[in-house]
Amino acid sequence: MEEAQLKAVLEGLIFVSESPLTLDRMKEVLGINKRDLQRLLSEMMEEYRKSERGFHIMEVAEGFQFRTRPEHADWIKKLKRVKTTALSQPALETLAIVAYRQPVVRMDIEKIRGVDSGGVLHTLLEKKLIKIIGKKDVPGKPLVYGTSRKFMEVFGLKDLSQLPTLKDLEGLGPPSAEGIMPLEGEGAVEEGAKIEPNQEAMIDEPSSEDPEDTI
Amino acid sequence: MESTPFTPELEQLELPLKVKLESFEGPLDLLLFLIKKSEIDIYDIPIAVITQQYLEYLEMMKNLNLDVAGEFLLMAATLLHIKSKMLLPTREEEGEGEKEEEDPRAELMRRLLEYQRFKEAALELTKGPMLDREVFIRNFFGEKPLEGGEEDLSGEASLFELLEAMKKVLQGLPPEDFQEISVEHLNIKDKILQIMERLWEVESVAFPELFTSSTSRREVVLTFLALLELLRLRMIRVYQAESFGTIRIFSPVEREEGRKTIEERIM
Repeated sequence: MEEAQLKAVLEGLIFVSESPLTLDRMKEVLGINKRDLQRLLSEMMEEYRKSERGFHIMEVAEGFQFRTRPEHADWIKKLKRVKTTALSQPALETLAIVAYRQPVVRMDIEKIRGVDSGGVLHTLLEKKLIKIIGKKDVPGKPLVYGTSRKFMEVFGLKDLSQLPTLKDLEGLGPPSAEGIMPLEGEGAVEEGAKIEPNQEAMIDEPSSEDPEDTI
Repeated sequence: MESTPFTPELEQLELPLKVKLESFEGPLDLLLFLIKKSEIDIYDIPIAVITQQYLEYLEMMKNLNLDVAGEFLLMAATLLHIKSKMLLPTREEEGEGEKEEEDPRAELMRRLLEYQRFKEAALELTKGPMLDREVFIRNFFGEKPLEGGEEDLSGEASLFELLEAMKKVLQGLPPEDFQEISVEHLNIKDKILQIMERLWEVESVAFPELFTSSTSRREVVLTFLALLELLRLRMIRVYQAESFGTIRIFSPVEREEGRKTIEERIM
């Protein structure tokens, strides 16, 4: 296939994808190595940028997606009559703690915030901005939280390394996966999984000794 | 924690009223608020002053019958402990005391700084273009619009700023003679509807304006509790253009939808 044709196919693939399309998926579909794909995509992104279209290809959440331009926000909001459900300040700062400190358990979050964070964590789970990534291998087997793909989509991050650097970075090294047991069955708690009532109760109860059977 | 917003006891407005505070700020926020308010150097906190102010706020929250979390009390104890330690004369160096005794405030300072750092990071996160706020993607069939696109929260007033504003309102009230027990008891739901109807009418109201008709302490408190409940339900937003400036209240919710929410969530 010629490059122009390839680009057109890629464009179509991205167009029909509901979530950011990853290089892996493109490779699967097109059978082209990632380096070539990356090059084609960069060229395409540049072409969109140059032609000043109403939308462009953005690299977010480890994939590629068509997005509108920020300058056009007012018109689009008027069209869609979007009502944004804002996160509260406590929810937002909890999200930041999860983002920078992941993998993180509720107790660590509460240590930083100095206040019960069960309710806020629940809200963030419900909004699918965070997810349960495992259980920590310590007494009580507390749930371990991390940010979701949707988190990167909402905040427009390519990957987690793109998080704005914290002022005075000391003590915030790269996330360590030490002592994290994966949940049985890969992705036992899917990002999109609905939070079951029993799970909700478990999240609210720090005393819950064995959350295992509630998942 | 799924709290039923209003329990039957509350309906009758017999104190104690309890408004859950868990969706609001915690003790560290209160300390940071006080530090900012008094323009104090976080690296050299005058513990006696801060402790006193902290306890005053705690008292106010208790008087309002807010459900003050245990964490607030724990922090009060911590502050008092630090204060008492500061009062003790520093022991003269004896023998192998190679370690200098740490400033009793050090641990608290460290926690405040760490916490503040995450608060700043949270703010930083929302500065870029966000989905459904500045940038949009195509909506696929049957897909609900993504939630989570946040508005700019930088100007949002905290619980403590609201308390501060309410304190001023209370101070402006004429001293109460014997409490007149008014026959027509407004309950919280009525008050909530009253506030919301006004907001739907005029779009935004300055905090003090909400209290112009309030004549009694009781009504001021009721209005305040109604505001907190509305905030918790995210039916109103409170903004402050500048720190310690006037607080303005907006509602992001449409009238019809709002009425429904009130019917459903508030008995």
